[in-house]
Amino acid sequence: MAHNNLNLKLKVWRQKNANTTGAFVKYDVNDISDEMSFLEMLDVLNEKLIVTGEEPIAFDHDCREGICGMCSLYIDGKPHGPWQANTTCQLHMRAFKDGDTITIEPWRSNAFPIVKDLTVDRGAFDRIIQAGGYISVNTGNAVDGNSLPIEKAKADASFAAAMCIGCGACVAACKNSSAMLFLSAKVSHLALLPQGEPERKSRVLNMVAQMDKEGFGSCTNTGACEAACPKEISIANIARLNKEYLGASLTAE
Amino acid sequence: MLDSKIPAGKLEEKWVDYKGHCKLVNPANKRKMEVIIVGTGLAGASAAAAMGELGYKVKAFCFQDSPRRAHSIAAQGGINAAKNYQNDGDSVFRLFYDTIKGGDYRAREANVHRLAEVSANIIDQCVAQGVPFAREYGGLLSNRSFGGTQVQRTFYAAGQTGQQLLIGAYQALERQVALGNVTMYSRHEMLDVVKIDGKAKGIIARNLITGELEKHFGHAVLLCTGGYGNVFYLSTNAMGSNVTAAWKAHKQGAYFANPCFTQIHPTCIPVSGDHQSKLTLMSESLRNDGRIWVPKTKGEPRKSIDIPEEERDYYLERRYPAFGNLVPRDVASRAAKERCDAGYGVGTSKQAVYLDFAAAIERYGKIEVSKQGLKDVTAEHIIAMGKEVVKEKYGNLFDMYAKITGENPYEVPMRIYPAVHYTMGGLWVDYELQTNVQGLYALGEANFSDHGANRLGASALMQGLADGYFVAPYTVGNNLADEIYNAAIPTTHPAFEAAAKAVADRIASLKNINGKQSVESFHKRLGKIIWDKCGMARNKEGLTQAIAEVQALKKEFWSDVRVPGEINEYNPELDKANRVADFIELGELMCIDALNREESCGGHFREEYQTPEGEALRDDENFMYVAAWENKGDHEWQLHKEELKYDVIKPSQRNYK
Ligand SMILES: Cc1cc2nc3c(=O)[nH]c(=O)nc-3n(C[C@H](O)[C@H](O)[C@H](O)COP(=O)(O)OP(=O)(O)OC[C@H]3O[C@@H](n4cnc5c(N)ncnc54)[C@H](O)[C@@H]3O)c2cc1C
Ligand code: SF4
Ligand code: FES
Repeated sequence: MAHNNLNLKLKVWRQKNANTTGAFVKYDVNDISDEMSFLEMLDVLNEKLIVTGEEPIAFDHDCREGICGMCSLYIDGKPHGPWQANTTCQLHMRAFKDGDTITIEPWRSNAFPIVKDLTVDRGAFDRIIQAGGYISVNTGNAVDGNSLPIEKAKADASFAAAMCIGCGACVAACKNSSAMLFLSAKVSHLALLPQGEPERKSRVLNMVAQMDKEGFGSCTNTGACEAACPKEISIANIARLNKEYLGASLTAE
Repeated sequence: MLDSKIPAGKLEEKWVDYKGHCKLVNPANKRKMEVIIVGTGLAGASAAAAMGELGYKVKAFCFQDSPRRAHSIAAQGGINAAKNYQNDGDSVFRLFYDTIKGGDYRAREANVHRLAEVSANIIDQCVAQGVPFAREYGGLLSNRSFGGTQVQRTFYAAGQTGQQLLIGAYQALERQVALGNVTMYSRHEMLDVVKIDGKAKGIIARNLITGELEKHFGHAVLLCTGGYGNVFYLSTNAMGSNVTAAWKAHKQGAYFANPCFTQIHPTCIPVSGDHQSKLTLMSESLRNDGRIWVPKTKGEPRKSIDIPEEERDYYLERRYPAFGNLVPRDVASRAAKERCDAGYGVGTSKQAVYLDFAAAIERYGKIEVSKQGLKDVTAEHIIAMGKEVVKEKYGNLFDMYAKITGENPYEVPMRIYPAVHYTMGGLWVDYELQTNVQGLYALGEANFSDHGANRLGASALMQGLADGYFVAPYTVGNNLADEIYNAAIPTTHPAFEAAAKAVADRIASLKNINGKQSVESFHKRLGKIIWDKCGMARNKEGLTQAIAEVQALKKEFWSDVRVPGEINEYNPELDKANRVADFIELGELMCIDALNREESCGGHFREEYQTPEGEALRDDENFMYVAAWENKGDHEWQLHKEELKYDVIKPSQRNYK
């Protein structure tokens, strides 16, 4: 394949820490191979900043293969950038043209305070899981794995929901900062399995309560979350969540 | 000679006997015992959950923003277990045997047997937690094959097995957090072990958001901090994976075992340019269905799909007819290198071979046709149906390949090349997973224990969860039983103060160098030295040079590195500087170890020691030992040997023909 080099202008959100206000800063980056990943392009810029005595741009990342959910970035108005079903770390510079200006911001949500520059604190997601996103089974209690056959279609649907990487793009995409897609993915993953049955009601009630406490907004069904989700978590999970929630509230004492 | 404290008795009774006789801590006392767990990947999260469930007071640490993001999340292909659900002749013994043989007879029999024994419980536990493993239409669990075995014992969840297992362990961990048994410290990096009277009694951790140094006491400290593959700079590991925790333990007296045993994975996406920050694995599970080949002609100019069948060299099938494309990783990697070095490589760099799915797509298409009872189907239709099947099995891997390379692997073969993937070496531990420093344990990839000189695919996940769920809760308890009389030590103890001061001093000196070169540039240079001279093939001359080069690099690093930003703030460059400084020291030890081991075994291939057919030539007479290195100061190490005794298996030359 032929490769091109790009010259680009970046507008990047810089903010020293949670207690200061931030602002956009402009940078030129030149000779960027279109084979690079987006984060490698930022690496190149950071290397330049470091040797010229400036502070590099802080952004979260780890696996760089779309699975850990650590990377974020709101690129040209889209969480994880222009490609569908993709994380920022898997975005490649082929997606851009020579001369483009690219705007890069952090996830914006009251429930995700900014740590520095493009890095935010997503601890709220862990606390939602603590509220009930598990099956209460101590180590050593399990019966033989095959003693509980699970219909393939159900197992597959559960897996499709369990693919959520906890990145928070759904929240960043939503004008209300709702975490419903994330929450519905976890509730669906466990509710679709027979193992999840005993705690089905308390789980959904407690997790929703925690989500509200964290300051996420309400869901008005715009579908922006589904469109931004790198793992194509279906909005049908939100419908299932609502049903689970209603059912649980009606029968709760 | 090192004592690995392997229990007496018959191999298959050792673990049962151990569990039956080990000391226990009663529930009231457990609540008073504090356990520090550094790392929350599969090993750490499972250990933290299991120890929390038992009632210990656990403090768990990770450097990512959430325990769910540990490097384990990236594991793709699967996890082994001796369930024999396929009725294809699997058993605990066979899993044990395959692992010892795959490791080229450099692992401990007792540990590996225990691993095989508990493997089945792992699957049961994960299913109970709601891990959505792949299933057959009848609703039962599905299996696939991995390298180095002739049975199907690998459980999987599409190409995201590590993710699903880690989410299971993470959920169990978060449940213990909710119950108040575990306190989780995310975005914290352990920077030293605190020893009092020779025993590990705590750690110094840096809060990565504020830069503050914290002192934490523990009656025991468990390091579950993963492998050190990033010493090579380019690897399939997550960017943050590092050796620092293990290295600090090493500097505090813990022996580092077999550091030169590193695994180069045969199927990764090749390097595309200087900007490359990491390499991406294409799971070994692809070798179930993909066929590996290169053109029969050197410097072949045609495109892959234009090269006719008879002009393709399926070199693994040719050289190893019994195992074919499923030979172990070290064998497959060396075979790829051999073809590329001989001039048969493909792609622009000529450092790649093809992994081809055309035959599998056609085969699956035909199976679908007969399953669905279709008649008069066109060839295109068969291919289309075959692609659907392949998509269900490996869709996410194919997508990943397409995004990175811009090519469509459903239409053209993938280009792949070996890359650094896993490290078999690590902290030396005894049967109880305790290092030679009392109270200090190592679990998961951070220890050296189970994989000898080469790990078989789908066995790291198994080992991490075995250590965390089923081994450490017993063995750590056995030692904590002696600690119940010892109250928690306040962190105002001089040992804590001194350790914290040493860490602060080191950070300050890194920051104050104020040189001209970035941390990243040093890391790249280190990686190149280690890859070129201590990578897939090694020799005396290269290793000797590498040691001198790494020593010089260390000097240069400490006089010219530039760490921007402040100490008391969120500063990823500072974190990285700390890690790279440790990688440089480890790099030297790896070369020393590789130089010392004058034989070839598993992933350690010394060019001077090979059979006429180019296979690894072991020297059991002189090297059937674990090389455990004690740090004696700057550039100084002393070798301790643990002799390996094979009571049950008779070592022979590995044969996959
Ligand atoms: C791409 C890829 C695919 C793989 N696929 C498979 C597979 O299919 N099957 C298989 O069996 N194996 C596979 N492996 C290997 C396997 O994933 C790893 O060996 C295993 O997950 C390691 O688990 P761990 O718990 O030991 O460490 P990790 O998962 O690496 O976790 C390390 C933990 O330690 C923490 N940590 C490290 N240092 C510090 C510090 N100083 N302070 C605080 N915290 C620290 C990290 O935050 C993290 O939580 C794969 C590996 C790779 C790279
Ligand atoms: S639902 Fe999708 S967007 Fe939201 S956290 Fe999960 S993976 Fe990310
Ligand atoms: S860095 Fe892991 S998903 Fe992007």
